[in-house]
Amino acid sequence: MSTQLLLVQALNGLQFGVLLFLVAAGLTLVFGVMDFINLAHGVQYMLGAYLGASFAAWTGSFWPGLLLALPAALACGLLLEWLVFRHLYDRDHLSQVLATFGVILFLNQAVKLVWGTAPLQVPVPSLLEGGIALMPGLQYPVYRLAILAAGIATALLLWLLVERTRAGALVRAGASNRPMLAALGVDTGRLFMLVFGCGAMLAGFAGIMAAPILSVEPGMGDSVLILAFVVIVIGGIGSVRGAFVAALLVGLIETLGRSLMPDLMRLFLAPSPARQAGAALASMLVYVAMALILAARPRGLFPARAG
Amino acid sequence: MNGFGRRTALAGAAGLLAAPALVRAQAAGVKVGLVAVLTGPQAALGTQLRDGFLQGVKHLDGRLGGLPAEVLVIDDELRPEVAVTKVRAAIERDKVDVVVGVVFSNILAAIMRPVTEANTFLISTNAGPSTFAGRGCNPFFFTTSYNNDQVHSVMGQAAQDAGYKRAFLMTPNYQAGRDAMAGFKSRFKGEVLDEIYVPLNQLDFSAELAKIAAAKPDALFTFMPGGLGVNLVRQYRQAGLANIPFLSTFTVDEATLPAQQDAALGFYSAAPWAPNMDNPQNRRFVTEFEAAYNYVPGSYAAQSYDSAMLLDSAIRRVGGRLADKDALRTAIRAADFRSVRGNFKFGANHYPVQDFWLCQVAKRPDGKFQTETVRKVLENDTDPYAAECRMR
Repeated sequence: MSTQLLLVQALNGLQFGVLLFLVAAGLTLVFGVMDFINLAHGVQYMLGAYLGASFAAWTGSFWPGLLLALPAALACGLLLEWLVFRHLYDRDHLSQVLATFGVILFLNQAVKLVWGTAPLQVPVPSLLEGGIALMPGLQYPVYRLAILAAGIATALLLWLLVERTRAGALVRAGASNRPMLAALGVDTGRLFMLVFGCGAMLAGFAGIMAAPILSVEPGMGDSVLILAFVVIVIGGIGSVRGAFVAALLVGLIETLGRSLMPDLMRLFLAPSPARQAGAALASMLVYVAMALILAARPRGLFPARAG
Repeated sequence: MNGFGRRTALAGAAGLLAAPALVRAQAAGVKVGLVAVLTGPQAALGTQLRDGFLQGVKHLDGRLGGLPAEVLVIDDELRPEVAVTKVRAAIERDKVDVVVGVVFSNILAAIMRPVTEANTFLISTNAGPSTFAGRGCNPFFFTTSYNNDQVHSVMGQAAQDAGYKRAFLMTPNYQAGRDAMAGFKSRFKGEVLDEIYVPLNQLDFSAELAKIAAAKPDALFTFMPGGLGVNLVRQYRQAGLANIPFLSTFTVDEATLPAQQDAALGFYSAAPWAPNMDNPQNRRFVTEFEAAYNYVPGSYAAQSYDSAMLLDSAIRRVGGRLADKDALRTAIRAADFRSVRGNFKFGANHYPVQDFWLCQVAKRPDGKFQTETVRKVLENDTDPYAAECRMR
């Protein structure tokens, strides 16, 4: 394998990692600050993609679609919070898992009723069409670079918000000691709603950004959700910085593992079993990495300053 | 759970309402159990299958072989145990005369024994696994589609005919994916540069696309059903790889094209049928299907439509005597109907012996997308398992 191909694969890994970060950032905030397991985060990602696709089709362009879909995703998140989630904050994790799983079933089916079962398509915005030749024969789509940029910008913005603003200080305080924060006179209910809305909007944003490269279909959030959970567990629950580092790590391990594993296995095995074993091992690699990291650091790479 | 309760209640209510009609139908009608996946991510395929059969019955004025037809639509939910329960009920309670449909092989495998052991005919209109083509062939089982291996091998032959020397293979890492590679390689004699297996839940193909670009093959062969194919096709186009011929099976079809659109333009697939086939029965089928359901029919719909025509011809031949199973079997075997694909007859194992085509995605003047025949690759092709079948 040439160095050039390796570099392209590393870039692919970073780009996939950034996409994962967009999903995981909202999840880690909600989980860390509110101690609330939201399995429905994946369907919020799906909802974002569907809203983006509909608005883009309606307005005929990607950008107004994005601008309209963001507040719509926020509204959906707040509605869900008001209808379902706020009644679960004081329940145990099992009730939260059951209820949010119910929301997944409900929304997946609702999406099918509204948009049908066939996958939708969102065209790449014309501004970001085309590609850059990174190696002979391979165009690296400009849109993927835009995802990379959007992810890094979001990470910076979130870091500023959480570390440098008053609202961010409250969020951090909520993450480390909720009863004390409430005792100091902070309306934690409102704070949670704010955090939840932000989380839903981030998931929706990830969905919209992913729509031009991935297919928009019912259940699309479920496979992303699993990786997003891996990311927040590796990164340390509640830590945005941890989620960013872990997302890039998972993206790199996923992508490089998939491209290198079969070749690596060929050193030990005949070509045909090497390919199958390599493919199987590559899909395990992320979870092996998670197990190793948790063995060394049980609370993740960057544990939030929680008690 | 709530959905289940509601569905049961509805089914119960429907059963009560249908009871008097049932008695009448039994006197002189034919009841068909139509099994299709209508919920879950693969529902688009089941919908095509169902609509195709219903369109066939509509063209026959609601009759099959002169008998008034009643179609019982059964949603298998892509869960074998659900399929078995519902199909058993259809046979024992509703007394269906024949079971038609099934998109996925695992559902077919599950309902095979319950249906055939009740001496009821089972006509698959899509799933065509090798298990029932060879030693497992069954006198009560027919299929109007193909054996899956045939379709992959057609692509291998097409690559061979086109003179491609170096091919790159990529499929999902499960049984059907491995079968696809084997099928392609059974007829492709050139060099296989690499074989990539991807997980079934793969989202992003950028790592694989970089490998393909680095290998510079003459052609890519791939089998990526459903959403996998939507992702791959669009990312393949975005990565600027479309100058490498994209040879695929079950990856670009009328069920996925609405989402792939321009990205799939010019990509290849293999099939025994395409919507543009020029014969009177196909022109009528496609035109009236689109008018009724407002989408382009795919092979799922076409093969189901054919099964309605097949049943019609067989029941007519036995003069409506559905109880005479042996006569009915002989009549079905005769396949005395005009298929939308033109040539159609059954082999000794009740799988079709038919022509296969190389097809290519094209945009129609009305802006919709469909696959269109390029050239005939195999003529009167029999599946590789037929010789092992000892039909009792």
